[in-house]
Amino acid sequence: MSAIGQPVHETIVSRPKAPPQPRPVARRRPRPRAWRVAILVLTAIFYVLPLVCAVKFSLINQKGTYGPQNYTAIVDNGTLSAALVLSLEIAAITAAVAVLLVFPTTVLVRLKLPKLTIVMEAVTILPIVVPPVVLAAGLLQMKETAPLWVVNDFFNHPVTILAPMYVVLAMPLMYRAIDTGLRAIDLHTLVDASRSLGAGWPTTLWRVVLPNVQTAVLGGMFLTIALVLGEVVIANQLDQSTLTFPLQMLEFASQDNAPGISVAMTLAALLFTFLLLFSLSFLARRRGPRAARVVG
Amino acid sequence: MTAESASRSVDPQLAAPAPAPAASRVGVEFKDVQRHFGAVTALQGLDMEIHPGELVALLGPSGCGKTTALRLLAGFDRPDAGTITVGGRDVTKVPAHKRDMGMVFQAYSLFPNMSVRQNVAFGLRMRRRAKADRLSRADELLEMVGLGDAGDRYPYQLSGGQQQRIAIARALAIEPTVLLLDEPLSALDARVRHQLRAEIRQVQQRLGITALFVTHDQSEALSLADRVGVMNSGQLEQIDTPEDVYRHPATPFVAEFVGAMNRVAGRIADDGQVVVLGQRLPPTTPNAYAPGTAVEALLRPEALQVTPDAGGPGEIVERTFLGSSERLRVSLEDGHELLVEGSSHGPVLRVGARVALAVVADRVAVTERAALAPAISPEL
Repeated sequence: MSAIGQPVHETIVSRPKAPPQPRPVARRRPRPRAWRVAILVLTAIFYVLPLVCAVKFSLINQKGTYGPQNYTAIVDNGTLSAALVLSLEIAAITAAVAVLLVFPTTVLVRLKLPKLTIVMEAVTILPIVVPPVVLAAGLLQMKETAPLWVVNDFFNHPVTILAPMYVVLAMPLMYRAIDTGLRAIDLHTLVDASRSLGAGWPTTLWRVVLPNVQTAVLGGMFLTIALVLGEVVIANQLDQSTLTFPLQMLEFASQDNAPGISVAMTLAALLFTFLLLFSLSFLARRRGPRAARVVG
Repeated sequence: MTAESASRSVDPQLAAPAPAPAASRVGVEFKDVQRHFGAVTALQGLDMEIHPGELVALLGPSGCGKTTALRLLAGFDRPDAGTITVGGRDVTKVPAHKRDMGMVFQAYSLFPNMSVRQNVAFGLRMRRRAKADRLSRADELLEMVGLGDAGDRYPYQLSGGQQQRIAIARALAIEPTVLLLDEPLSALDARVRHQLRAEIRQVQQRLGITALFVTHDQSEALSLADRVGVMNSGQLEQIDTPEDVYRHPATPFVAEFVGAMNRVAGRIADDGQVVVLGQRLPPTTPNAYAPGTAVEALLRPEALQVTPDAGGPGEIVERTFLGSSERLRVSLEDGHELLVEGSSHGPVLRVGARVALAVVADRVAVTERAALAPAISPEL
């Protein structure tokens, strides 16, 4: 019997000549059809018209004339400024804690415990499934039975009570943002390369992994900030002493003499969130191709 | 392009003065190393020694355990049993970042957020070397790999071959005890692969650094390494010089896996010689089989010779011109085929010509007929 194994050297294989490619034809930009334009205009009206009305309403002052008084009132009014500062403080702490918790955990799960991915998916979706009011009710139950010092040091301060709750609420946003960022890079190879060069785990996470998922992490942080600046259910249930920015907006909206200020605050918050998201997309455009492209 | 021609086309930059020599030459030893992943055995008692300054290539099919062995040596994984020593020091439980091993990966592994210079200097930064010192060292290594002007560029601005050159410079920057190469050329096109292969060998020899090279490309392993280890199913089947692995395969698997191999029916004669294709030849391992045993002779294509013969037992069914040599597929009367390789300067043999066959080897390796896997289709 005889047979033959594989040859050791590559052999030269003649390839059939490629058929001539058709000459590229300059693509003509298709003219938009009328119904497409109509849908676009209707959609724009649906979103823009309420905003235009809100802007117009916010510019009407108490005398019934147009002016920026409602906007200057946000800055001049000490209560409003304090509420804004408080909300931003809670938002910053929430975003930072969420990143510190979710980022290393997600990296660990992807590298060492991939079978736990499904568990992470399930756990992080719980805050969406369970209504925030249920979380708040549960915490109020705890407050009733908690020692006095816990009530004084934890429950009675808006930052210490709201930031942990918001971290839980932000988990789905943060996890999904970071997980998407990690899927876009060759995490295993980058981590192995970093460690072989002498970097420990903290350095690897900080100097190698984090900069390469920076856009995703920033996205998660901005969404978290937007969530905090708009959350009223838990804030209303848990802390009655100091009003956060969205609660202050509701407060003004309920007052007969200052509805314009409430709308002005809403628009200011919207603008702030828009600027955050815009800066994110700007950063993504600058950094995106760097991580993905290989030429040649 | 052959390895020889590739080595001639080495980048002239490599002739530049050598940078500071790598860490003192050390040897590596695997002792009865085992690794299991659930029910799958990746390594079953690997015993292997790499001598100081030597480049060993681990060769084998996918899933044979070669990458597992490399990852265990790098410290990315830990063995279930056995020990790994580097320079006589047991490193089995030493974490990866404390092993001082430079590694070049199959995938592009440069840090996208850092410039080329920062990438090369990263390992030195981890060793708290002064900034001026590490940057000048990085520039020195970039010069060595022929990319002295690429320091300020980012990985996405480089081609695949350039990225792997930078990865080599980065791995060498830390003056590693051992250089580990995990199929670093497999993602590159053939021309760059051949060139970089020769460059890696030249740099390794110039620095005298101990290196372990993992590949599934046998021509890469044979042309690059001082010794080649052939792995199969978590075991090291043979580790030897490339010539010995090719000419004297220790097991049927090595014979089948490395190079092309013809299996021809034979018989052990009364005097212990192997009767094959009508010739009597001494076996590579005398007295392994009793007289009268039916065996299969393992013959390389170049160990066979054809001559035009109108009454010969073979017929040429395919001819491939390879430049300096030619490869023929010869069909025998019993329907089996043989692969024959010889010089292209002899008489031109056309497809359909009848030929006689002769064995031109001094000795012949044999195995029991049933020991081998079914015939593999020849690949021309």
